[in-house]
Amino acid sequence: MHDHHATVEAVFRAESGRIIAGLIRVSRSFDLAEEAMQDAFAAAIVSWRADGIPDNPAAWITSAARRKLIDYARREHTRRNNEDQLLYESLCRNSAIDEEMSRPFADDRLSLIFTCCHPAINMEAQVALTLRTLGGLTTSEIARAFLLPEPTLAQRLVRAQRKIQKARIPYQVPNAGSLPERLSAVQAVLYLIFNEGYSASSGDSLLRRELCAEAIRLARTLLELMPENPESMALLALMLLHDSRRDTRSSADGQLVPLEEQDRSLWHQGQIAEGIHLVERALGRRSVGPYQLQAAIAAVHAEARTAGDTDWKQIAALYSLLKAGQPSAIVCLNHAVAVAMSESLERGLALIDDLGASGQLDSYHLYHAARADLFRRMGRNREALESYRRGLTLTNNTVELRYLRRRISELG
Amino acid sequence: MRYMMLIYSQENEAATPEEMGVVAANHKAVMDEARDHGVFRAADPLEASITATTVRIESGKVLVTDGPFAETKEQLAGYYILDCEDLDEALAWAARIPTACAGATGCIEVRPIREFRELSSVNA
Repeated sequence: MHDHHATVEAVFRAESGRIIAGLIRVSRSFDLAEEAMQDAFAAAIVSWRADGIPDNPAAWITSAARRKLIDYARREHTRRNNEDQLLYESLCRNSAIDEEMSRPFADDRLSLIFTCCHPAINMEAQVALTLRTLGGLTTSEIARAFLLPEPTLAQRLVRAQRKIQKARIPYQVPNAGSLPERLSAVQAVLYLIFNEGYSASSGDSLLRRELCAEAIRLARTLLELMPENPESMALLALMLLHDSRRDTRSSADGQLVPLEEQDRSLWHQGQIAEGIHLVERALGRRSVGPYQLQAAIAAVHAEARTAGDTDWKQIAALYSLLKAGQPSAIVCLNHAVAVAMSESLERGLALIDDLGASGQLDSYHLYHAARADLFRRMGRNREALESYRRGLTLTNNTVELRYLRRRISELG
Repeated sequence: MRYMMLIYSQENEAATPEEMGVVAANHKAVMDEARDHGVFRAADPLEASITATTVRIESGKVLVTDGPFAETKEQLAGYYILDCEDLDEALAWAARIPTACAGATGCIEVRPIREFRELSSVNA
């Protein structure tokens, strides 16, 4: 019996995105599609226990869900309005449904990604909706991963689905004119999911890893569906390269381990190789974008056998390109650090001080932490201590707090 | 002069179909009467504000956000367009438009519609 549950769960994780995308297309309803899919999975648990696991479990689920959809359409038919009447009629033309459902699935998932990441839905809901419909995570898993009460997340999903339905957010791949912008919105959502799993300091660590794995899976799907986009290649590469260090980023007692202190023999070489290959392919398209630059930086770090081997000159050059496109505080700080490591500590410090001159970064803990690190490397311990202490007052992130406290105790 | 009457009311997701039916019937009564008086031009209810999307242009870029223009206790729920002699007549009609859904309160904002003729004469 346990076996059947495990199979059902595996099919759910691997195939639910595909299945629901097709069901939403034919039913034009997130609610009905989801209900049909849930019921089909529930039926599978019972039926597979009795009759054994079918040869093609996903096809079994799909056709069971399709029959459920027709049942609901009949049920709704008796008590709903004209619009549902049309839906009912189209669903009841059985041949039409079979034909609809047997069309290739790939297009469905692509349409669904664009629907879930539509800018008319707020960002939190885009993330939840993408994970719920295209990823294989349950509502309760997503809620736990984001440290939210389950009813809050469920409500967020219901609202987003209602908006899609009522405001008629289209279920299609955007036209060529708006595609670049919409695609980068999709990429942003996937990257946000990854970062949520990668950088958060608390919560269920197993689920956080699951979130990273899910983001990687979704980025892979996006690339599979639009294989020529260099930024999608780079997004997947960036995630793989960061994720390859997952076993070395924190010590057994939960301390953050900086890049230069990580045990590089524990980095996952398979992911690194795939990541580097993707970055090279992307850069070969000669259409550079922010994900390609970030992935290239991650690749340079990954290629260094020891921290001392790091090609900081190349990293500084890449950050300077990234800075030209998106001069955010974090990018500018990273650029300054790369200059400090490749040219001179003084030059790097001068760049950081320039950034801080306006006073806008005074309340940004990473500004003080970056300055402190440079002072420490220069042996200016008193100033380092002062800056670490300043940073300490400006963050609530437990992992970062521990790192700053460690530096302070080492200097003090 | 045409006046637009914007109905702002508290949204009540828990309203029963019966309660909604009462509100709809009250609206229908006002619309029928406005038609009889020859002042009725248009009226429609809107879907709940969670279905709203706001579009603005910021430094040349289209910015789309989820939600209504302003998150307030009372939301735009529907509108009437009535062709009235003057504001007093419009206000009299406005006072009769149901704003409350299942006990919640609301208000009607009355705004004269600017005719295109006026706009073009300004330009001329």
